[in-house]
Amino acid sequence: MYPVVLKQVVKTYHLDAVDVPALVDINLEIRPNCFTVISGPSGSGKTTLLNLIGCVDRANSGEIIVSGQPVHKMSDEALSDFRAHHLGFIFQNFNLLPVLTAYENIEYPLLLIGTPPAERKRRVQALLDAVGLNERAKNRPGQLSGGQRQRVAIARALATEPKLVLADEPTANLDSHTGAAIIELMRKMQREHHVSFVFSSHDPQVLAEADDAVFIRDGHITSIERRTSGEEVLA
Amino acid sequence: MKTMSLALRNLLRNRRRSLTTLLAMVVGLVAILIFGGYRSNIIYGSQTGFVQATGHLQIQQKDYFLDGGDNPSAYGIADYTKIIDLVRHDAELAPMLTIVTPNLQLGGIAGNFTAGVSRSVMASGVVVEERNKMLGWNDYHLTSYAHPLPLSGTSIDSVVIGTGVARKLKLCNALKVQGCTQTAAIKVASGKQEPDDIAALSNLNDASAQKQDDTRIEMLAATSHGAPNVASLNVIHAENMGIKALDDVYLAMHLTQAQKLIFGSAPPQVTAIQIQLQHTSQIPQAKQRLKQLLQTNFKDQPLVVLDYEELNPMYGQTMQFMDSMFGFIATLIGVIVLFTIGNTMGTAVVERTVEIGTLRAMGVRRSGIRKLFLCEAAILGVVGAIIGLLSATVIAYLINNSGWTWTPPGYSYAYLILVRVWQDMHLLIGSLIGLIIVTLISAWWPANRAANMEIVDALRHV
Repeated sequence: MYPVVLKQVVKTYHLDAVDVPALVDINLEIRPNCFTVISGPSGSGKTTLLNLIGCVDRANSGEIIVSGQPVHKMSDEALSDFRAHHLGFIFQNFNLLPVLTAYENIEYPLLLIGTPPAERKRRVQALLDAVGLNERAKNRPGQLSGGQRQRVAIARALATEPKLVLADEPTANLDSHTGAAIIELMRKMQREHHVSFVFSSHDPQVLAEADDAVFIRDGHITSIERRTSGEEVLA
Repeated sequence: MKTMSLALRNLLRNRRRSLTTLLAMVVGLVAILIFGGYRSNIIYGSQTGFVQATGHLQIQQKDYFLDGGDNPSAYGIADYTKIIDLVRHDAELAPMLTIVTPNLQLGGIAGNFTAGVSRSVMASGVVVEERNKMLGWNDYHLTSYAHPLPLSGTSIDSVVIGTGVARKLKLCNALKVQGCTQTAAIKVASGKQEPDDIAALSNLNDASAQKQDDTRIEMLAATSHGAPNVASLNVIHAENMGIKALDDVYLAMHLTQAQKLIFGSAPPQVTAIQIQLQHTSQIPQAKQRLKQLLQTNFKDQPLVVLDYEELNPMYGQTMQFMDSMFGFIATLIGVIVLFTIGNTMGTAVVERTVEIGTLRAMGVRRSGIRKLFLCEAAILGVVGAIIGLLSATVIAYLINNSGWTWTPPGYSYAYLILVRVWQDMHLLIGSLIGLIIVTLISAWWPANRAANMEIVDALRHV
């Protein structure tokens, strides 16, 4: 099963009296357990596409199926629950909650889905180990470097063990060295957790690491590169 | 747990703003509690005074209260002893009663003929022991200004007068009334000045007469048959009645003396039966029962039951005035607190827009965001309420122990300024709940705005 399927998706923004097409007739299938990068110039529609896949925005028309669920038909409440259980997010600006420690930031999504305390502790500890921030568990985001914050964000995105993680330009606010380390970490986590990562990025480092690359321009998908064989998908 | 914990941390994030908001709430609550406590003291004080003086309820002849004040014989209650017995022995009323006592109000002219002065007075004939028991009613544990009538065990002709009456009848010196400045008698101009030796003799004669019977007065009143009757009375004490208008006409005497003056040898009557209850809250039940008893047993007499609010319209006016003042101040403070918290929460929503988008993206529902901001407001409200209450308690303690006094309009002596914060639970609980409700209302709009944000817009916010 494809983690994401988009059929005839259209998204138009209404700016004053003008309709601005952001995505036009998008048809896309994201393969499971792959590193998929959506790439294109600024304003091409890659973040809009990522937002639709991430169920944080709604299309004007078309079908969006995420983890087998027709999310375009879901209510706002149902979408919130769906995101909490099935999706992980990594943001360009990390978007950690500044009043929570690294440990608590990773724990927060688990609290949202009602994970029992012992299980929460086990998972958070394991993720802190995995991203190498055990020593920084009690630090708040303001006490962490950019790279460390993004590591916490990656751990947070994986806390609920989602099958799909969405990352919006995750290396854009990092220097190239740290960016490379973060990509490497995400790749490692993706393989270990058997999860699909979908990025929007025009960072060549990210693009170089991609299993699949989706190129988009002016709201149209111009090409899709399947670089690795990926996992067998049952129709 | 997570919402409360997150809300608390968010409040601590911007300590200065939270403290400023808290301060506005605390000042507002303290102002409401202190003024409300002061209002309570005045209202409960007035109620206590009126209940001590007139009882909770009075049985009177119909229209006596409106028309019969100066005509006791026309509105006398003939079978008053039977009515009193009936009330005292009624199974439903008995547990509620403190005292049931007769009272005869009469008007007349009191004269100190030795000093050549007279004035009109409003006299009250009372059963002294019962009257003194009434003065002991203090259900709200206030500072009581009532003194027992010193007529206990005195002869039938003994009376107590107001200090104003004493001053006007030139009895201040004889009664040793403190602070009573006795004005000199106005000399009536005569055509010819008497010789010095005659004048000296006359003064000597006046002085000896004053000394012989210096507290004796005469009281002239109309009997039930319309004839004038005079009683020679012995003033044993002058009492400051608080209100000047009353102090200038007050005279208290034994009921039997008053009845003798008005009814002579005819069967004695009274103008009212005063009923004092254990608690003011028992009035509706007692009033209802009294009406039943009178309708069943004294159908032939047009008797009515009036409560202390009907008997003392000033009480209602005082309440109305204090309530309108309190309402105005409370509304003003409520609006200030409303806008202060609304502004704080509104700023917090703007500052945390990206955070709201992040939480929503992670799966927090709109209701969860709303709850988060309302929780922050509720924490502010509860903490503000606790600090406000503690501050008000300390300030009230300082005021209550300061010894500050004031003289209310129309009163002849000063009252202690007291604030009842903890003694008025309605005020206390009402103010605390009110503050928390105002806090939640003021946070509702910003919280709703936060909850209704579009996730993509919130995440894009700079």
